[in-house]
Amino acid sequence: MSFYGSLIDNSPAIIIAIPLAFAFLTPLIDRFLGKSIRNFWAVLGVLLAGIMTFVMAYEVLGTGNAIEYVFGGPNGMDFPLTGGHPVRITFYVDGMGAFMGLIMAVVSMAAVIYSVSFIKKFTGGEKYFTLLFLMLAANFGMVFTGDLFNLFVWFEVSSVAVCGLTVFRTNRGESFEGAAKYLIYCTIGGLLLLFAIGLLYGEYGHLNINMLGEAIAGSAASKGLIMTDKIVLGILVSVFALKAGSVPMHMATPDAYSEAPAPITAMFVTASQAGLYALFRTGFTLYGSNAFTYANDTFTVKLPDLLELVHVAGWIIIILGVLSMFVGVTLALVQKDIKRLMAYHAISQTGYMLLGVGVGMAVLATADFTEFGRTAMAGGIFHIFNHALYKGLLFLTAGAIIYKAGTRDLNKMGGLGRDMKFTAVFFIIGALAIAGVPPMNGFSSKLLIYESVFRFNPVIGAIAMLVSLLTLASFVKVFYSAFMGPKKKEMKGGEVPNSMLIGMAVLAGMIVVFSIAPSLVVRSLVDPAVEALTGVAGDTSRNLTLFTGEGAWNTIVFLGAVLMAVIVALILHSRGQKGTVPKGEGKKPYLWGNPTEIDGRPIVVPGSNVYWGFTQALKKYFDPMDRLHSGLINEYVFWLILMAGIVIATLGFWGVVF
Amino acid sequence: MERMSPVVRTVVKIAFAPMFAFGAYIILHGHLTPGGGFQGGAIIGSLMALYLVAFGATAWKKKLLSGLESGGLLVFIGTGILGLVSGLMFYNFLADSDIPIFNEAVPTMLGYTHSNWAPLWTGGTISVMNLAVGIEVIAGLTLIVITMGLFAFEGKEGG
Repeated sequence: MSFYGSLIDNSPAIIIAIPLAFAFLTPLIDRFLGKSIRNFWAVLGVLLAGIMTFVMAYEVLGTGNAIEYVFGGPNGMDFPLTGGHPVRITFYVDGMGAFMGLIMAVVSMAAVIYSVSFIKKFTGGEKYFTLLFLMLAANFGMVFTGDLFNLFVWFEVSSVAVCGLTVFRTNRGESFEGAAKYLIYCTIGGLLLLFAIGLLYGEYGHLNINMLGEAIAGSAASKGLIMTDKIVLGILVSVFALKAGSVPMHMATPDAYSEAPAPITAMFVTASQAGLYALFRTGFTLYGSNAFTYANDTFTVKLPDLLELVHVAGWIIIILGVLSMFVGVTLALVQKDIKRLMAYHAISQTGYMLLGVGVGMAVLATADFTEFGRTAMAGGIFHIFNHALYKGLLFLTAGAIIYKAGTRDLNKMGGLGRDMKFTAVFFIIGALAIAGVPPMNGFSSKLLIYESVFRFNPVIGAIAMLVSLLTLASFVKVFYSAFMGPKKKEMKGGEVPNSMLIGMAVLAGMIVVFSIAPSLVVRSLVDPAVEALTGVAGDTSRNLTLFTGEGAWNTIVFLGAVLMAVIVALILHSRGQKGTVPKGEGKKPYLWGNPTEIDGRPIVVPGSNVYWGFTQALKKYFDPMDRLHSGLINEYVFWLILMAGIVIATLGFWGVVF
Repeated sequence: MERMSPVVRTVVKIAFAPMFAFGAYIILHGHLTPGGGFQGGAIIGSLMALYLVAFGATAWKKKLLSGLESGGLLVFIGTGILGLVSGLMFYNFLADSDIPIFNEAVPTMLGYTHSNWAPLWTGGTISVMNLAVGIEVIAGLTLIVITMGLFAFEGKEGG
């Protein structure tokens, strides 16, 4: 076998091994070779892992064949279909796994490059990079793993590494609090997950996800769905929704997100998305995709009971998604801590992904799936990548803002745009993308979700659009508070160091590429992922227009139209009367009816007051929300257990009581 | 941290050798009996905690311990990567091989391998990894105990 062939065969293991080896060598390198070599070493490690992931993804997505890898088995071992022991550590990388791996690779590259300068202010850099690499390995592990027990192990590694990084700033009490809350959440989630895996193993004697899926389908075919199947699905849905940070299991997430160092928060987002990935794996590979066969554009339902269970789970995920979108964005609107605000937006955006894929699950294997369900799923999965890019970028810009401003309070910032021009541009790119403003990448994925979800249920579609508006509103507030206005005296001047700018530029560049050619990304990355989950292939014709089933979107045409509008405007402007200057009151720019200057001093409305009227009018909504987010972990755990109980009971008693 | 009374110190001194031997036994027999690197390492780690409580934490070399911790993990992942030479990650290239590290063949009886019955010098990379994990866990647990001990008794950060 050629070198390249064996490299590809071993790639899932190598991608895990690189971060692990670099993690354990980092402390030694730091001690014996110094800090600058250590930083170089860290960048090298993440680049190696990234290149390896690109090579593997190219192979998996190009050939369409999944890579199956058995640890410690003889070379070319045929597993799990024939022979061998059914309990082996296996990796299984298909289109969806490769897609998620790419996300982890891109965001971690940006985060590590950004960290090189960012970490200089702090001591303990070797611990930081060690934990960062462990977290990266755990992220890769969660999305590559082929068996459930291994998934649990990576789930725990990820939780521990994230908590270790969240308390990186040991001088802050808040970081201990945030990490402890997140650790308790993840431990409860991990124990529930272990319990579910135990139930499945006791029932079917397998741990491999594909084999378990076949075993569940086989048992459902012979004796109908048993209680274990339903309860396990309930537990898994609630555990992975918790890991993804969906409302109402989100309460520890903003605390941890906002306290972790900025590059870590960017990777934290991908760690949460690994939970999302596991949720989709559960819904489709473990349960849904064995209930039907798909050939010649028609579905043949083999197991209606199992399919109905998956539909109900899809509805639960939709409800969680809508809750996450709405509660996340409304709570983000009232925040004054810049990172907390963005953390709530992360929750809100997670809702879109849950919504898109939830709709796909709720109409799986019906005629509606080919009508709009597949588009909704493509939108939800495309949104995962977009979210990782723009949310990672926004957290990195937040880190840059805090780096220069020395505060995270929006009310105390101002005028940073005068010195930090690059950061401001990056922030605008990220903010437009997250708000889904055309022609950014966030718009293309949201368009897929809007149009398909609107056909599924118009009310939910309308909520999705409203949430986008509120998102834009709250980022206008951040931009206004941080970058605009007069410069504050206590702010340090100048732009952030180059490595931080490069880190942000990596993500911003990816966003621009994704914005210009969204349909190519959908065709080459997203469609294979959807196919891996459902077995339904997408449209294979490649062109630059993205078809949503209802309409179409082409960035180039849009930009051309904008250009023409600008030219028309310029022509009209040039033909107008020259030299008109506004006189009198018209000269003064007004802001919400108040003069912008009093006695020669500029007036700046603090960030937390910008939407004062809005929040005051909705007091009846915000006051109970404020009381619910009490900061007490006991209450948070109560909500978590309550929600998990509701989900488990709904799925467990479906068909029995309901 | 202060030393404790002579009674405690004497008991710890007496218990030291058997506890250490027990932990080492669990680590070395990881591929044959229940237990392994982590469990044996935890036993020796708790011995270290006892020692620390009895004799105080001042004399401990934390740099050596964190070096051991990294080293143990490196041996582990290194053994896994060396398996790639034989074509597969974590491939057990030592078992039944000519390299004299845990390479003895497992005896067979009635055509079945009796892993519970095998001599110590078997297992290949599994035994090596058990040792590596054992070293890592001993160093890691001791570091944790020292850090927590220094923090509790001196009120300052030990790590």
